[in-house]
Amino acid sequence: MKKTIISTCVALALGAGAAHADPDDDTLRIAWDGELPTLDRYYNVLREGILVSRLVWDSLLYKDPATLEFKPLLAESFRFVDSTTMEFVLRQGITFHNGEPLDADDVVYTLDFVSNPENRVLTQRNVSWIKSVEKLDDYTVRLEMKQPTPTALEFLSGPLLIYPNEYYAEVGPKVMGTHPVGTGPYKVVEFKPGESIRFEKNEQYFDGSPKGKPNISTIEQRTIPDRNTQISELFSGTVDWIWKVPSDQASRITGRPGISVVNEQTLRIAYLSFDSSNRTGNASPVNNPLVRKAIGHAIDRSTIVSKLVGGSSEVVHSACHPQQFGCEQDVALYEYDPEKAKQLLAEAGYPDGFEIDFHAYRNRPYAEAIMGFLQAVGIRTNLVYLKYAALRDKVYAGEIDFNFMTWGSYSFNDVSAITSHFFKGTRDDYARDSQLIADLEIGDNSVDTEMRRNAYSRALKSIAENAYWVPLFTYNVNYAFTDKLDFTATADEIPRFYSASWK
Amino acid sequence: MAVFFFKRLGLAFLVALFVSVLSFFMLRAAGDPAIAMAGEGPTAADIEFIREQFGFNRPIFVQYFSWLGNALTGDFGESSYFGKPVSQLIFERLPITLGLGVSALIFSILLAVPLGMLAAVNPNSLIDRIALSVSVLGQAMPNFWFALMLIVIFAVWYPVLPASGNAEWRHFVMPTIVLGYYATPAIMRLTRSGMLEVLNADYIRTAHAKGIPVSRVLIKHAMRNAILPVVSIASVQFGYMLGGSIIIESIFALHGIGQLAWESISRADLPTVQAIVLILSLIYVGLNYVADLVNAWLDPRIRIA
Repeated sequence: MKKTIISTCVALALGAGAAHADPDDDTLRIAWDGELPTLDRYYNVLREGILVSRLVWDSLLYKDPATLEFKPLLAESFRFVDSTTMEFVLRQGITFHNGEPLDADDVVYTLDFVSNPENRVLTQRNVSWIKSVEKLDDYTVRLEMKQPTPTALEFLSGPLLIYPNEYYAEVGPKVMGTHPVGTGPYKVVEFKPGESIRFEKNEQYFDGSPKGKPNISTIEQRTIPDRNTQISELFSGTVDWIWKVPSDQASRITGRPGISVVNEQTLRIAYLSFDSSNRTGNASPVNNPLVRKAIGHAIDRSTIVSKLVGGSSEVVHSACHPQQFGCEQDVALYEYDPEKAKQLLAEAGYPDGFEIDFHAYRNRPYAEAIMGFLQAVGIRTNLVYLKYAALRDKVYAGEIDFNFMTWGSYSFNDVSAITSHFFKGTRDDYARDSQLIADLEIGDNSVDTEMRRNAYSRALKSIAENAYWVPLFTYNVNYAFTDKLDFTATADEIPRFYSASWK
Repeated sequence: MAVFFFKRLGLAFLVALFVSVLSFFMLRAAGDPAIAMAGEGPTAADIEFIREQFGFNRPIFVQYFSWLGNALTGDFGESSYFGKPVSQLIFERLPITLGLGVSALIFSILLAVPLGMLAAVNPNSLIDRIALSVSVLGQAMPNFWFALMLIVIFAVWYPVLPASGNAEWRHFVMPTIVLGYYATPAIMRLTRSGMLEVLNADYIRTAHAKGIPVSRVLIKHAMRNAILPVVSIASVQFGYMLGGSIIIESIFALHGIGQLAWESISRADLPTVQAIVLILSLIYVGLNYVADLVNAWLDPRIRIA
């Protein structure tokens, strides 16, 4: 007992000098809940992994988060030779963190390696469009695509980071994942998988990068699984930056001296999906378009957004995020109108409503709010709440009549990442509409912007007209950080610490 | 005694085996591990590849026995999430959990035994009531709430302790208190009742009659006998602490195996979850087994039962 008291007193005395994070030591202390198993971007799918990868590596191109313009990054210039061929001229004088100079060999090796299916990089859609990469001279590279790929620039400015060929060939993904080497504005000096990462500014970061030179000299990341603990750390000044703060907590933190709270939209949307084509064979009421439309009218989406989701979220009507290219907004609307919903149900042959299983995997309160609205028009739902993986398993197997889902489009600003993903006759597709599939094919494989826009417009109008989905709302993210930090949040949900600075 | 020893050993072994079977099959029932591991939006080929690579396409009994066979040689396979051997992961993280468990147990005993003795010496008095209240409070408070309150007080209002992390011993002060306090009532009540029983025994009266100082009677004569059941309950409590540390580790961002287990469940990292369940159950079963033996050694009546 005595011993405990003594050691507690010692702890208190020692603790009095606890380190506070601030601009004084030029160290930015950040925390998140994700556990990164590896830092090799091609072998982890976490959002935090994307964030880290943009600090450590560069891609050939860069997408300006404010103007959404594509700019050359490692490339000095690029051009389309024809619809399936691109040529890149690389900047000269760039070196990797280990001193290896960047040249055409690095680009060819990296893109060859990741696009080789045998190397099993985790998100195959990022690389499967690449046919071949060829070195023309030391600083010129030619890339051939398998077919016209309208999203090529998205891939080349995002996930396709360039690795040092000699180092990667020598050590492979495992060591790259623990001791990463890139050209980026920060280098990793220490990494404890799942626990912490320490970055230091790359003093040699090249002039003229559209990312700009890094400002803050050290970034220390820690994984803190509990949201409340993160907030406590922020309050006590031992952490400078956190994100994904739930909206109720964000509103409580807002206005607290010394802390800034910023809310920014993300590309994730929530939607209700139905088995429109009787894929399950259950002959479910939702096979009937009138029932699906009734559900659209039964749910007061603006109330869910204002009372539950909060922040900058908004109601969506089209099966995509309004910011995405091709996301037609002029589609059939289903305004909140419970009377009309009841009328449609009666017309469909369900004057007293019906009972149905309702599957969901996240945001239980939102799911319950939806169930409340459905109950009010006579649709009695049994909530089946599963883990994401388990629910997706059932979706793939064609067992789900009615579910509440969300999709983040991998931060891709293009409807091909969502609408085509779900309605092109794949395992996810419960509409199985051949005209729709044909339109999406045109949109996905054409490089003519106007043609793509028209094709997607037809597709999205048809989805809304048939109520294959009832799109609900966009998600948002709350960032909370010390007000000494100058940090800009972006809609693609990729925090860019290389442009952060102290005020 | 030898028969008892082997009977109990056999039983302990069966319990551990049963736990491993149960955890193995329940985890498989929770969903297709290949789909869970593939991340968001994989292709059918991706999933098929994972199935093949990790052998998920074999009959489940074959999977179980091949896992068990390897586990017996200390090979728990590779974590599907971290891509490194599970045994290495556990080796890195087990010390944090064990350290927390041991320090919490010590804290708990240091708090509960004196309280229990105080209560037993003054039965049904105000002191007894206060001692009871202090210890019961530990169990009555939800420990996640207690943890957050400590963080708010000692990390936010009076920033004297770090809120989270596991870099140095100061990080363990709050988790130790939260975890240890929860186990206090059981140990305290047992100390109290044990002491009460012993204090009424004839030999204590004799000791008093001989004029031995009260403190000496209490500690040397009474406590030695009264503390025996406490030893066995403490071993059980230690098992609870290993399980209970899942929440505590998560709140205080201690990267121990409790937190590893929790995270691994949500990302369907089956090899890791199975190994942790097996190791924790082995520790638990082992502790109970030792407690059984100690009790049997102390009290011959148990050996017959």
